Amino acid sequence: MAMAIYLAKRLAGMVPLLLGITLISFMVIHLAPGEPTGVATDLNPKITAEVRQRLMSYYGLDKPLIVQYGLWLKRIVSLDFGNSFAPDGRPVMDKIMERIPVTVGINVLALLLILLVSLPIGIYSATHQGSLFDHAFTIFVFVGFAVPTFWLALLCMMLFGVNLHWLPISGLRSMNYAHLSVMGKAVDLGRHLLLPVVISAFGGLAGFSRYMRSNMLEVIRQDYITTARSKGLKESRVIYVHAFRNALLPIITILGFSIPGLIGGSVIFETIFAIPGMGQLFYAGVMSRDYPLIMGMLVIGAVLTLAGNLIADVSYAVADPRIRVG
Amino acid sequence: MMNGFTRFTRNRLAFAGGIVVLVLFCASVLAPVISPYNPTDINVNAILSPPGPSHLFGTDELGRDVFSRMLWGARISLKVGFVAVGIAVVIGIIVGALAGFYGGWVDSILMRFVDMMLCFPSFFLILAVIAILEPSIYNIMAVIGITSWMGVARLVRAEFLRIREMDYVKAAKSMGASDKRIIFLHILPNALSPVLVAATLGVAGAILTESALSFLGIGVQPPTPSWGNMLTAGKDNMEIAWWLSVFPGLAILITVLGYNLLGEGLRDVLDPRLKERWK
Repeated sequence: MAMAIYLAKRLAGMVPLLLGITLISFMVIHLAPGEPTGVATDLNPKITAEVRQRLMSYYGLDKPLIVQYGLWLKRIVSLDFGNSFAPDGRPVMDKIMERIPVTVGINVLALLLILLVSLPIGIYSATHQGSLFDHAFTIFVFVGFAVPTFWLALLCMMLFGVNLHWLPISGLRSMNYAHLSVMGKAVDLGRHLLLPVVISAFGGLAGFSRYMRSNMLEVIRQDYITTARSKGLKESRVIYVHAFRNALLPIITILGFSIPGLIGGSVIFETIFAIPGMGQLFYAGVMSRDYPLIMGMLVIGAVLTLAGNLIADVSYAVADPRIRVG
Repeated sequence: MMNGFTRFTRNRLAFAGGIVVLVLFCASVLAPVISPYNPTDINVNAILSPPGPSHLFGTDELGRDVFSRMLWGARISLKVGFVAVGIAVVIGIIVGALAGFYGGWVDSILMRFVDMMLCFPSFFLILAVIAILEPSIYNIMAVIGITSWMGVARLVRAEFLRIREMDYVKAAKSMGASDKRIIFLHILPNALSPVLVAATLGVAGAILTESALSFLGIGVQPPTPSWGNMLTAGKDNMEIAWWLSVFPGLAILITVLGYNLLGEGLRDVLDPRLKERWK
């Protein structure tokens, strides 16, 4: 019951946020000099006065701004973001939906990799504070924060793709993908995903492991750890059962916070590795000033972030009774 | 003060960061004097020549000297870093001060706005705005600044909440000082140290963002050299010219590292409570 109330409160709190997000996205597009239809019509000789008129009326451009916003809002509530300005002219929503699984999939894999690597590193350097490993760890964290992801991607492409020919450096599938066995398809996909996933995970590694280390240091100073030790528990049990579970809690929140960065970062590595995800779609939309697509992506990107934060908050409440009761 | 200074030098990493920042600053100021070639001079006789005595870091696909372009690129990075962070700090201080000082509904509205801004994948927002406004160095500075003030606002708000309850502020209030006077003269100066730390770290972030934008072709436009757009040339020639990819990227790495180390060092000096954070 407490959980249901908590969830309802959180959902209600998201409504004004969502409204604000759509308002900002709407304002961004109206920063453009001239009319939003200008680009689509000027650059495309095939568009006649009649089409122009249709665009005008679709966006309600002859009406006051606040009415335009209201109309647009009404449309996006039913998930209608209009049609793309691209030559295919398909609905923006369809174009985005077919890209979401790729981007979300890669980011989930990256997050799993981040957790798998950073948690053990953080715990080890916290329990061996001041050791050689801990010093090396400090340097790793600083360097990890400073490496531009796209540069790392570039270097890996040069090394593993161009020089060693170990891994493919673009797309998700080889040319002969359709002719491969099920096993072969999985291997092919894995080989294409390896570099993008590792590189997008790299960006989060430093932050997560530093955070895990400081949580762990915090927790092992608590009284209940002293109690656990003094009642004669094995050190491994104290660390991995008593301390670990409590140090893990704040990590859930950080997971939520890291989602906008991951989604934003997908523009960079999807462009570099030619991966057909949301980031690449957004980049193409930005380059061709496809306004309906840009607006749709801004809203969907922010909604995905909100959804991620909600999942993080709810998992936190599930894991920590103090949150849902308090 | 003396105590703070010794703590600072004792922290060798932070000191190293300070040196890097200083050297970069000098290099970018002196770029017109010390760069061996003109950064935009095309030399058809030296296209893609590898690093050597006449071209320390080699030349690019138009025969331009990579080392000279990197020195000029440092100017761009620093300019973008400082101006963008300046904008972010000003907005952040205003929003944070108003929210923290007045509290109540002013605080709720401003902080909801901060939450909203944090929901956008900021790189999406930056890309969208720049694509609409035309990519130029000034738009980049403005947009990075406008999308990165939220952290500062939260810090300033927290400091204001803490300081406004202190006796000296209450005393000033009871003596009839105006809100403006209390905010800017009495509270703000005491709330600035976390802002200084955030600003130093922010310069690093802005430089990273600028280089990523320029790399994607939506940032600083060629022929103006920036580390990011030099790496685009590196990508196009990665089969034949490794030096185009390696050196500008190293420059970004070292610069960002320098600012981060300096920022963490400043944190140690200015806020001894957080000393445990690193060592």
